[in-house]
Amino acid sequence: MADAGRRVGISTEAASQALRPDLASGRRRLSLAWVATLPFFAYTIAFLFLPAASVMVGAFQDKNDHATFSNIHLLFQHPYIDAYWGSLRISLVTATLGCVVGLFVAYAAIREGTPRWIRSVLTTFSGVAANFGGIPLAFAFIATLGPLGVVTTWFRNAGYDTSVRWPHFQLFSERGVEVAYLYFQLPLMILVIAPAIDGLKREWREAASNLGAKQWQFWRHVGIPVLMPSFLGAFILLFGNAFAAYATAYSINQGQNIVPIVIGNYYTGNVLDNPHLAQALAFGMFVVLAAMMIVYIPLQRRAAKWAK
Amino acid sequence: MSYLQLENLHRQFGSFQALKGIDISLGEGEFLSLLGPSGCGKTTALRLVAGFDRPNAGRIVIEGKDLAGVPPNKRDMGMVFQAYSLFPNMTARQNVDFGLKIRGREKADRSKRVSDLIELVGLAHASDRYPHQLSGGMQQRVALARALAIEPRVLLLDEPLSALDAKVRVQLREEIRRIQLELGITTLYVTHDQEEALAISDHVAVMYGGVIEQMGTPSEMYTAPKTPFVAEFIGTMNRLEAHIVDGAAGEVEHAGNRLRIDAARGRSNGERVLILIRPETLDLQAAGNGTTANGNSLIAEVLTQTFLGPVTRLKMTGGLIADMSTARASALPVGANVVAQVPTEGVQLLTLADDEALPDIGEGT
Amino acid sequence: MRLRRPRIAPSAVVWLLIAGVYFFLPLYATFDFSLKKNAVGAPCCTLHNYGWVIHNGDFWHTIKISFILAIETIAISLLLFVPTIYWVHLKVPKLRPVLAFMALVPFVVPPIVMVVGLLKTFKGTPSWFYGTPWGFLATAYVILAFPYTFFSLDAGFRAIDVHTLTEASQSLGATTMTTLVKVILPNIRTAALGAAFLTLAVVMGEFTIANLAAFHTFPIFLQYVNESQGFPAGALTLLSFMITWGAMLSLLLVGRKRGARGAVIAGAR
Repeated sequence: MADAGRRVGISTEAASQALRPDLASGRRRLSLAWVATLPFFAYTIAFLFLPAASVMVGAFQDKNDHATFSNIHLLFQHPYIDAYWGSLRISLVTATLGCVVGLFVAYAAIREGTPRWIRSVLTTFSGVAANFGGIPLAFAFIATLGPLGVVTTWFRNAGYDTSVRWPHFQLFSERGVEVAYLYFQLPLMILVIAPAIDGLKREWREAASNLGAKQWQFWRHVGIPVLMPSFLGAFILLFGNAFAAYATAYSINQGQNIVPIVIGNYYTGNVLDNPHLAQALAFGMFVVLAAMMIVYIPLQRRAAKWAK
Repeated sequence: MSYLQLENLHRQFGSFQALKGIDISLGEGEFLSLLGPSGCGKTTALRLVAGFDRPNAGRIVIEGKDLAGVPPNKRDMGMVFQAYSLFPNMTARQNVDFGLKIRGREKADRSKRVSDLIELVGLAHASDRYPHQLSGGMQQRVALARALAIEPRVLLLDEPLSALDAKVRVQLREEIRRIQLELGITTLYVTHDQEEALAISDHVAVMYGGVIEQMGTPSEMYTAPKTPFVAEFIGTMNRLEAHIVDGAAGEVEHAGNRLRIDAARGRSNGERVLILIRPETLDLQAAGNGTTANGNSLIAEVLTQTFLGPVTRLKMTGGLIADMSTARASALPVGANVVAQVPTEGVQLLTLADDEALPDIGEGT
Repeated sequence: MRLRRPRIAPSAVVWLLIAGVYFFLPLYATFDFSLKKNAVGAPCCTLHNYGWVIHNGDFWHTIKISFILAIETIAISLLLFVPTIYWVHLKVPKLRPVLAFMALVPFVVPPIVMVVGLLKTFKGTPSWFYGTPWGFLATAYVILAFPYTFFSLDAGFRAIDVHTLTEASQSLGATTMTTLVKVILPNIRTAALGAAFLTLAVVMGEFTIANLAAFHTFPIFLQYVNESQGFPAGALTLLSFMITWGAMLSLLLVGRKRGARGAVIAGAR
């Protein structure tokens, strides 16, 4: 009898220990808890934060590792400042185009009246295409719009040279890079905005109509305000995406004057006389991206003030 | 002349016939409920009136004018949806203001009207909240105020209380009726809750399978259902299958028992009928040992007792249901043998076609 | 008035057509190029380019390197992140926002910036790390894929009730390790697979870091062929597409089974 009692006693104790081991040993357990996450933090500190920090620091150092602003000063000179403008232009253009066109395409696929399969195909394709980019994409566009490209040749065979006459298109230019970038910007927008469009409840449309509103009035007062937070979020995403892109532009036009390529030149072009300049250029990129977020995130929060 | 008229409305979706020709007529200021189970066509009919859908045949006439071709935003009707219809990016106040803003009314006028309506629905303290900050009941009040703001000719409500808690539902339905009476606005109300429909409507139209089974006042619908479906759908009803044995004397036979029902007089012998008895009119007495059915009664055994507050519902063998005061019910526990007295008058009789089967509503209230 | 099911809006047709043409043409052009021998006006169609690729030693060499690199990255990622995320969900939920924030850092510190920092910070390290893809590149790729692996795994953990599963497992006598391996892992299998496929796509397409750090991976080989050859690049590009698509479609199929939402976007730009 006593034996059974003891066995029961032990098993309930063991059970409570197993269920709440942190309670069992009190405070010691709690501090042990986050210790288990140390490998993770060690890794990210070593391979993310330290390198990032060293770039920030290196931007302000000269050849002899003394503190200086000379690198930063150089950023504002030609051709580096032009590189920043180039990057900014491409990013703004592709983000804006991507967002606007992406919105219309996504809406076209989701709205009532469009067969369901079109939406499926579009989202699946976008899921895959958002990861296109880099070298293969560059080649695809060279094969399409390059001097010997399929489309260019079609026009030329029809007697219309698109490089000479409107739109004076050259793939190896800022315009060409932008057209190529859209191939992954557009799908990215579609993926981000589709859930938001889904969230536009049919009842809102009907209620608006019932209260006398025409289509455009619905969009102006309800549709667009409701989509705005997602739209702004998507814009930041697309901007950052384009700004950071390197491989696609590099493969289309190695001489394209954008910041990532200029940075890359210091490592691939063997022009290593001042690595700190490359670091300063990188620092500058970080500043632009951070500034973008500082501007847009409050804007987005305000657009979403009515949301949960 | 009626204010709002639905004439022979048909609506078909592919091969599914949602409305098979319904006719409804509302006078000005009247409150009519379309009552029925899911899929009966009531919401379809409402949406046709609102203009969100077009009928395959038939017309909708308001104040003598046919509404064919009139888009929903020009029909001047206010609609309250079941849920989710408040614009999420606007406060309660802004929601109510919306219809007026679209119409280009002056800001000062709008402001006053919005405030009045918000007062009317009792939300003055919460008018600057966003929909997600409001409870379900409060949201529907805003929806009602918003629909009324534009002074519509007709108020349409599509199961506005279905998504709410029971207590809120009862409270809010009273308010809707109060406001409707105060403003005198013609109202078409869709619901599947028969208690709700009976409580607040001037008239009720019970729908089933795309047709109107019966239309009348709540009391008519309750005491004199004209079809088996209506009898079962409205309230609870004892349904006893029987056939006429003596049409002159008004005698029927049910499950081997002879009963005298006034309504059976004048019917032909052998006719299959359905006897409809409301549970509260079935009088129960404890059976003495070996008592046989005498007079107009049936013998049964109590199977379950369900406590409903002041009233207890007893379910018995033979499909009998009786409601009685809880005090009396305590004398007839589960397993007791009872004698159920069938009243002679006030009992409905419906003719059943030879092969007609009873519609199965399932366990209703 | 007879009404059919609502028809597609004309404006919708326009937009969808524009999108359709834009997306289709480059793929068609690549395919077209891949079937031409080596001149623009050459008659269709030859499999010469595909043969060239298959018989090219460098192709197999680099694709093997990239593939092994991907597997290594996936392994390190899962080994590092799964226990950590599990632990955070279970014991230290307050750290979760910290992790989420850190997962967004690679967005503000793009690969081009990161590689600059990495090259500088680890310059003096031994060559088995700094000089080989299995060291330097894999390490960098784990960080690069971190946002995608984190959000994938995090979603997977949020979808299951970590506490209940753990407590149930422990009340039956299992240790933490056993719980993790036998109970938790099978339940986040979809999320882990999703993370794996995403990482695969990222690594197989990553050019920036590999280029600046001078490693000879598959995308580097791709670019070399683009610059030096021409028509064979078409066949190679198509093959590269197939790999990325294969990974992403697998991701979508795996995700669809559990009803997981939202494709996450990896970077190969």
